[in-house]
Amino acid sequence: MPTTAPAALADVTASNSTLRRFLHGLPGVDAVGLEARAASLGTRSIKTTAKAYALDLAISMVDLTTLEGADTPGKVRALGAKAVRPDPTDRTTPAVAAVCVYPDMVAAAKQAVAGSDVKVASVATAFPAGRAPLSVKLADVREAVAAGADEIDMVIDRGAFLAGDYLKVYEEIAAVKEACGTKARLKVIFETGELSTYDNIRRASWLAMLAGADFIKTSTGKVAVNATPANTLLMLEAVRDFRAQTGVQVGVKPAGGIRTAKDAIKYLVLVNETVGEDWLDNRWFRFGASSLLNDLLMQRQKLATGRYSGPDYVTVD
Amino acid sequence: MAFEYAPAPESRAIVDIAPSYGLFIDGEFTEAADGKVFKTISPSTEEVLSEVAQAKEEDVDRAVRAARKAFGTWSALPGSERAKYLFRIARIIQERSRELAVLETLDNGKPIRETRDVDLPLVAAHFFYYAGWADKLEHAGFGPDPKPLGVAGQVIPWNFPLLMLAWKIAPALATGNTVVLKPAETTPLSALFFADICRQAGLPKGVVNILPGYGDAGAALVAHPDVDKVAFTGSTAVGKEIARTVAGTRKKLTLELGGKGANIVFDDAPIDQAVEGIVGGIFFNQGQVCCAGSRLLVQESVHDELLDALKRRISTLRLGDPLDKNTDIGAINSAEQLARITALADQGEAEGAERWSPACELPSSGYWFAPTLFTNVTQAHTIAREEIFGPVLSVLTFRTPEEAVAKANNTPYGLSAGIWTEKGSRMLAVANRLRAGVIWSNTFNKFDPTSPFGGYKESGFGREGGRHGLEAYLDVR
Amino acid sequence: MSDKTEKTASRLPVFKTYKLYIGGKFPRSESGRVYEVTDSKGNWLANVPLSSRKDARDAVVAARKAFGPWSGATAYNRGQILYRVAEMLEGRREQFVREVADAEGLSRAKAAAQVDAAIDRWVWYAGWTDKIAQVVGGGNPVAGPFFNLSTPEPTGVVAVLAPQESSFLGLVSVIAPVIATGNTAVVVTSEKAPLPALSLSEVLATSDLPGGVVNILSGRTAEIAAPLAAHQDVNAIDLTGADEELARELEIAAADNLKRVLRPQPVDYFATPGTERLTAFLETKTVWHPTGALGASGSSY
Repeated sequence: MPTTAPAALADVTASNSTLRRFLHGLPGVDAVGLEARAASLGTRSIKTTAKAYALDLAISMVDLTTLEGADTPGKVRALGAKAVRPDPTDRTTPAVAAVCVYPDMVAAAKQAVAGSDVKVASVATAFPAGRAPLSVKLADVREAVAAGADEIDMVIDRGAFLAGDYLKVYEEIAAVKEACGTKARLKVIFETGELSTYDNIRRASWLAMLAGADFIKTSTGKVAVNATPANTLLMLEAVRDFRAQTGVQVGVKPAGGIRTAKDAIKYLVLVNETVGEDWLDNRWFRFGASSLLNDLLMQRQKLATGRYSGPDYVTVD
Repeated sequence: MAFEYAPAPESRAIVDIAPSYGLFIDGEFTEAADGKVFKTISPSTEEVLSEVAQAKEEDVDRAVRAARKAFGTWSALPGSERAKYLFRIARIIQERSRELAVLETLDNGKPIRETRDVDLPLVAAHFFYYAGWADKLEHAGFGPDPKPLGVAGQVIPWNFPLLMLAWKIAPALATGNTVVLKPAETTPLSALFFADICRQAGLPKGVVNILPGYGDAGAALVAHPDVDKVAFTGSTAVGKEIARTVAGTRKKLTLELGGKGANIVFDDAPIDQAVEGIVGGIFFNQGQVCCAGSRLLVQESVHDELLDALKRRISTLRLGDPLDKNTDIGAINSAEQLARITALADQGEAEGAERWSPACELPSSGYWFAPTLFTNVTQAHTIAREEIFGPVLSVLTFRTPEEAVAKANNTPYGLSAGIWTEKGSRMLAVANRLRAGVIWSNTFNKFDPTSPFGGYKESGFGREGGRHGLEAYLDVR
Repeated sequence: MSDKTEKTASRLPVFKTYKLYIGGKFPRSESGRVYEVTDSKGNWLANVPLSSRKDARDAVVAARKAFGPWSGATAYNRGQILYRVAEMLEGRREQFVREVADAEGLSRAKAAAQVDAAIDRWVWYAGWTDKIAQVVGGGNPVAGPFFNLSTPEPTGVVAVLAPQESSFLGLVSVIAPVIATGNTAVVVTSEKAPLPALSLSEVLATSDLPGGVVNILSGRTAEIAAPLAAHQDVNAIDLTGADEELARELEIAAADNLKRVLRPQPVDYFATPGTERLTAFLETKTVWHPTGALGASGSSY
């Protein structure tokens, strides 16, 4: 069994029962209080210089995503071009963090962003359901890494998690981490909408971090409930507490459902006030989104020119 | 580069404060009999906002006579008609809520975030709630035909000026009483704006009379022989004085006084939400709240962990311009209150408690006090016994639920308490044993017009809010 | 004492020594003082304890000690005990009819009507113990995801100045509502007609009522009431037995720790009471708890 858990918590993963005891011993989450805190941070008013900073930061944190059955190399190339230069009319616009594609599109994506700092992320492990044998999942990961993926977005086995087989989930994440090697960073997707409760989301966060996740990520974008301010706040609390206990910093990626600049800024406020500036960097915080980028760009144009922009003034890819 | 929030001030332009205001008696603004005025200032800048007529005994008498004259017709109105006046008032408050929020922030010093999101919505809701009771009193459980008492003399504090006005006036009017209300001398403006709302609503003259003034005006009102009902919110010392004044009279009395609320955190608490609740419990309205959770009782086994989290969270509080939408901590209401907080905090230090505040720059003008936390506090410390009424939290520890309850109850007060645990049976057992009128479990400082509020022991008697709140204004014998 | 016993000339009747009732025990006044009690015509009936302020203090200590268990007893249990008081009284009805007739100068029939009404009053209040919470408490529909419940709770130790005139029906009418809701009581009897009250203590002592729940003091109302009104460990005071001037003085003293005060008022003790005497010594406690949702579907911006 791979032992990736930090030394301080090594004994936690000795067996399913020790792991279970640890995860169930984490402080409970009061749903009303959590949501109220998230909502209250959402009322922060971000204006002028702070807004300009936040918009550029948000753009730089976007994992520009296409995860469709109809994806083609052409579509991925267009996406890559937009990732590198989001607003062709304004060269001062930062590039996004990464493009996020299926494993078979990694090579096309690598080409599209070649020469830039934009990373290529690939979903893997039988995304989005995760229902495949471990060997298939690991092969999925190795192929993507071999094709040049800088980041792997894996899904956890929600069935095993909900059945209480935490060790199985742990071992699978650890195995994927191993398959990522030293080059690719691992994002672990919980599909929070399927874990259903906040207590489960906190446990999944710790489980993934123990197993070596570089990022924890809310969701696939393929179910009804994806990223919410509350579940993102909860995961931010988890990475904050994990670093306090182990010294290891882990990133957070809300994904799905974040469509407007206003929303994105509210998420940045959550980051700022929960974990602080150490996480205000695309190495530690990302948005999994596709349509969000254009709204960020329109708001950026508005701020620069003083007049409201329109969809014809940003690109559709 | 750090994520520095740029200033985001709410516009002051929405509120038009006149250079002077009169007393509101019998539907008219009028000067005080002796022509005296006092200045009301903005505690965040010390700027003079307006000059306000200062009521004295003679003015009190005039207002009580106006209220007595209005009582006959007002109490004889069908409840459904009284209800419609109150609904009108509720609606006008909603319409003018931003204006009133800015006004309240200017006159009181509390953050616009609170006046906008807490005070004003609750004010409107309170009028809306009691409006609905006005024509249903025979169903309220106080007999088949409950009668109003007559003229209500009401004295309110400065910490929630308009909300306390709503708590007093809405049930009084719904039950058919008429009102003479004295707002606090440091925060008279929102009550005077409310007088204007009464005029807009077409409320009959004399039903509501507003007398800005000092303690002598309040004392005269309480002592006036033609007052049938006295309602007071404020300090326990003044509450006792009022109780002595009305002794042996027919006057019905309700008192909502001080507190030293215990916020009890067990080792199985939802820690992150508990931290929010503790912060909200003591720093909401700069801690100038009678039901503040000013004593934190932490189970020893989670003390260090909780304190770390608490300090980290307190360090993120934003203190400054109350009109800035991102301000969490505004100004202390007056120089006097600031002096009292300062003295008690200094005494805490002198008695050996360990003082901590985050790095926090205080504005150069106005009245400010940094969020402050005392550890190593015991029940014997002054700061654990006396109501500070400021942003000062005393942290004590306990080992067992039994000890937590004993310490929580070990005070002459009994207004509020908090319990933080994920274990339902423990929560219920502790709630059952606490001698306090409002218990917040896994939450804190929540208010609602339907929920009765008021204290045990020296925190006063009578309840405001809900069906219970009607009783104070009805002859229930 | 009464005519009947004195007519049995062949035998000398045994007089009862009337004593105080404190903490379930029957002590004499610690002061050693007694005063003469006469019937309405001025005939000597008994020497009864003239309670001191120290007796009052002891009674408060006993009442405080009894408060935890009594307020913590189930309402059903309290109802059973109050009903038991009625049962015990029924058995000693004749004794109370004699004592009330002597005390108040009533005909036997009128005294019997008083006693019967008093017994029925215990039954009435016995039924209230487990209903008052439903009548005056309940859930509040707050505008948010919170469970919110208001419950009445007893105020604590209540000093009760029993009515001066109605020595038994009035007495029962002021004691029963206080203890029905879980308070404990320190009762100051009618000054000139204390015997029915002192005899009631014998009934209470044999009715499963825990010691200290009701404590009964005879003596000068003004003398005993003053330390009770000022006592910092007394939570409320019923001024029924005080005249206007005394009531005012006591209310002023009661303000020192903000006692709940029930002022004297004209009462027809034969009429069915309302709930006022029950609610006068009840606090309302309101508990909030988040409800939330089953899952983390969450708020979204």
